[in-house]
Amino acid sequence: MSESIETILTLKDMETHFPIKKGVFKRTTGYVKAVDGVSLEVYRGETLALVGESGCGKTTLGKSILQLVKPTSGKIIYNDKTTERDLCRLSQKEMMEVNQKLQIVFQDPQSSLNPAFTIFGSLQDSLKAHGIKSKSERRKIIGDLLEAVNMRREQMDLYPHEFSGGQRQRIGIARALSIEPDLIVCDEAVSALDVSIQAQVLKLLKDIKEERNLTYIFITHDLSVVEYISDRVAVMYLGKIVELAEVEDLYASTMHPYTKALLSAIPVADLDRRKKRILLEGDVPSPVNPPSGCPFHPRCSQCQDICKTVVPELKRFETNGNEHYSACHFAEEQLSQ
Amino acid sequence: MKDTEKKKTRLEKKFDKILIREDTGLIKNKKGSRAFRKLMSNRLAVAGIIIVSVILLASIFAPLICRYDPLKLDLRNKLQKPSMEHLIGTDQLGRDIFARIVYGGRVSILVGLGSALASAVVGVAIGAYTGYKGGLLDKIMLRLSELVMAFPQIILVLLLVTIMGQGLRNLIIIFTLTGWGGIYRMTRAQMLSLREEEYVQALRAFGLNNFSIAYKHMLPNAVGPIVVNITLSTAMFILYEAALSFLGLGVPLNIATWGNIVNIAQDLRYLQFFWWLWVPGAIVISLFVLGINFIGDGLRDSADPMQQG
Ligand SMILES: Nc1ncnc2c1ncn2[C@@H]1O[C@H](COP(=O)(O)OP(=O)(O)OP(=O)(O)O)[C@@H](O)[C@H]1O
Ligand SMILES: [Mg+2]
Repeated sequence: MSESIETILTLKDMETHFPIKKGVFKRTTGYVKAVDGVSLEVYRGETLALVGESGCGKTTLGKSILQLVKPTSGKIIYNDKTTERDLCRLSQKEMMEVNQKLQIVFQDPQSSLNPAFTIFGSLQDSLKAHGIKSKSERRKIIGDLLEAVNMRREQMDLYPHEFSGGQRQRIGIARALSIEPDLIVCDEAVSALDVSIQAQVLKLLKDIKEERNLTYIFITHDLSVVEYISDRVAVMYLGKIVELAEVEDLYASTMHPYTKALLSAIPVADLDRRKKRILLEGDVPSPVNPPSGCPFHPRCSQCQDICKTVVPELKRFETNGNEHYSACHFAEEQLSQ
Repeated sequence: MKDTEKKKTRLEKKFDKILIREDTGLIKNKKGSRAFRKLMSNRLAVAGIIIVSVILLASIFAPLICRYDPLKLDLRNKLQKPSMEHLIGTDQLGRDIFARIVYGGRVSILVGLGSALASAVVGVAIGAYTGYKGGLLDKIMLRLSELVMAFPQIILVLLLVTIMGQGLRNLIIIFTLTGWGGIYRMTRAQMLSLREEEYVQALRAFGLNNFSIAYKHMLPNAVGPIVVNITLSTAMFILYEAALSFLGLGVPLNIATWGNIVNIAQDLRYLQFFWWLWVPGAIVISLFVLGINFIGDGLRDSADPMQQG
């Protein structure tokens, strides 16, 4: 990773809070802090994995980037090689241009395709909206896309219920590719598939990325997938990034107790790497009332007094010459353990 | 040994039957066919379809099956009992009651179906867009519909009739104004749940405009409940028309409608001694409404994917 690095997306203190409304008068009684102050840089051409337990705000972060959910505050700066634009402050028309470059593949292959239309029927409108006027051309593009995800052209005239889960997921990928984006958010793109099909789809995603020079933000809770596909990994906990590093560094020199616990939960065949399993006690605390201090402290085995009161910042360290961020008061101590 | 063989063949026969059915099903493997088959296997729904189509066809082809003009007075032959001459007799002005019921069906069904369709157009057009879009417009429409629905509908209708005056067109307009709330709320609820589907989010990620997402892509997935609602509210509006006409506030009395026919029962003398003036009309209204409700219920069941059939 020594070529000149260009950032494609910069998040600055991004927050997405959902109001909780109660009672007859729908008074706001609190907020679900789904994303709570995330700062992050995504480099052009990389695959950045975003991992964390269920409910920690991964999907919300992904949707906020595409403005499918309006972020409450913060900046999302998108660099399209010529200009830098803050996505939170774009008009609808400008957003439409950016939409051509940012796409998303969804988690659930059951609900990601419209049951009332054939594949061609549901994909063609987005092509039309992005300026492809002739029907034959749209058919050609969609046919090519299906072939790119290892399906047959003729299948564009079938309805979603005629496909298997893996096929639907590939159609979802084809749809995201249809207007030639730069960056794709893959939200648990393979989690709903069984293992053999997972491998196929992952390989497909990797090949397509090489072919089309894409950048991925790859959301998952499966750390074994991360190792295969990603360059860097961001670990999320309760709406915050707690650790961010190159994949090898994250595995070899973990700097956050939460990441350690996650890693120890993957079954490894390699004896050298086999570590003692650290059990995570208790549930993820509620994002409505996050714990004071470090959000992880109630479940942390190394919790000290300072952890209960002071919120640790995401600090920059270096491991093996690469930058490595950790939000733990005792990040360096983690290395020696 | 023999026993198992017998069982096997019976089982095989069953499989063969299923296979044949599947094969014939495969020829027309469209989405609707399954729902249609399910509807057809529902006896009540089939009965409903038969009743409704008989009455509907009779009304449409009224001139072919009626010997008399429903409006022609014949005072010398008034209050005739049912006979070969007049199948269900004549009324107090000597008009043929059979003809009046058959021709009356045209107007009553027109009012019922017309109002149901017009309410559906209004309710669906508003509900689909505001349900998807949310925001201020949605809040305003929701409150407005609550306002209309909280008011007892029949009183509202009476009020409007006195303001706007009687008449066929006014009646349809009034029924639509007072009746769009139900289907609006149902459509809106459908859209609220569809809105969270990922294919809708995907469309938004392409920057498609709201109209196209709401009306073109989402609405087709809400059609089932909407059709059910239209059938059921057709029945309701037919009853409304009858009730209003019974009160003398519906369609002007000189036009034959089912409501105007039973209107005669207000007069105690006719109610007691001349049953044929009003009983056949009442029966036809009940049959038609019942038939439509059977169809509506059948449609609802066949559209429900949770029920196997
Ligand atoms: N539209 C919404 N309104 C209110 N709360 C929401 C909404 N969407 C998400 N949340 C809440 O925000 C939190 C984060 O949800 P999110 O879907 O981002 O988690 P996730 O990390 O993607 O989880 P998973 O791995 O299960 O997909 C959850 O507590 C969830 O209940
Ligand atoms: Mg998710």
